[in-house]
Amino acid sequence: MADRVRVRAFMPPGHVRAPAYLRGKTGVIERSLGAFGNPEQLAYGLPADKKPLYRVRFTMAELWGNAAERPDDTLDAEIYAHWLEEVPDHAP
Amino acid sequence: MPHDQHDHDHDHHGTSPSGHPYRHDNDEALTYWQRMEIAVRELLIEKGVTTAAEIAAQIDLMDSRSPANGAAVVARAWTDPAFKQRLLANAGDASREMGFDIGPLHLIAVENTADTHNLIVCTLCSCYPRNLLGLPPDWYKTRAYRSRAVREPRAVLTEFGVDVPQDSTIRVHDSTADMRYIVLPARPAGTENLSVEELAAWVTRDCMIGTALPRAPQVVSTGA
Repeated sequence: MADRVRVRAFMPPGHVRAPAYLRGKTGVIERSLGAFGNPEQLAYGLPADKKPLYRVRFTMAELWGNAAERPDDTLDAEIYAHWLEEVPDHAP
Repeated sequence: MPHDQHDHDHDHHGTSPSGHPYRHDNDEALTYWQRMEIAVRELLIEKGVTTAAEIAAQIDLMDSRSPANGAAVVARAWTDPAFKQRLLANAGDASREMGFDIGPLHLIAVENTADTHNLIVCTLCSCYPRNLLGLPPDWYKTRAYRSRAVREPRAVLTEFGVDVPQDSTIRVHDSTADMRYIVLPARPAGTENLSVEELAAWVTRDCMIGTALPRAPQVVSTGA
């Protein structure tokens, strides 16, 4: 997984654990946590695939724009790999 | 005063002699999930999978967990640099090493420093390191805390009486999945000569959520 990642911005129905306020937002991988049962299957009593889980760090500026209290404060959240897309370090 | 005298002031109606409202009896019908829980529990007992005594023992175990467990972990980290390193590497294993029965809890400790303050929230529900600290405070589960902690943590902290300087960084941790979090507060100045037990008394529940800073324990007068 690249250092810079974006949380996928789609809105599927059902139980997911990627908060809506983070969807479409770009952050950096803070650490890798290993693989955990996919909550989108566990929530329905289904056999769950193991999915890699990451802590992703976002700046408050990225999340809230000009409304951020202090742009450089950060928010870390745990996001599963299938909710993340890689962002090239040097976007064209 | 005779009870048939109905013309006097009845402002106290519905309150206890000390002036507090009586709590309503829980006479409402059971919800779907309450019935489900009772049905599953009774079936598990009937089929010999578990016993009522085992269930009561688990409830006792959860009720016995308290912020004092986390305070002991923090005080140890303040006094034992090697333990602090193990705590920051894997807070679950470090807590188990101290003898705390925290089950399968995956715990991460985040350290407050001279220029960093950490704050814990669960925006999706009420994830909390219950297996170490016991049940969370009611405010931790409110929509107000959960939504504001990520959006305006400085305003929230000010309401808790914690003013984080503008040149310090706030790091908010949203417990969105399998990890739980505990703040390792900075050891206060002037505590160099305290024992590990005395230090633990400085560490409150809110210190480990990030909504308070350690402070000298309140001395309760014995009146002697």
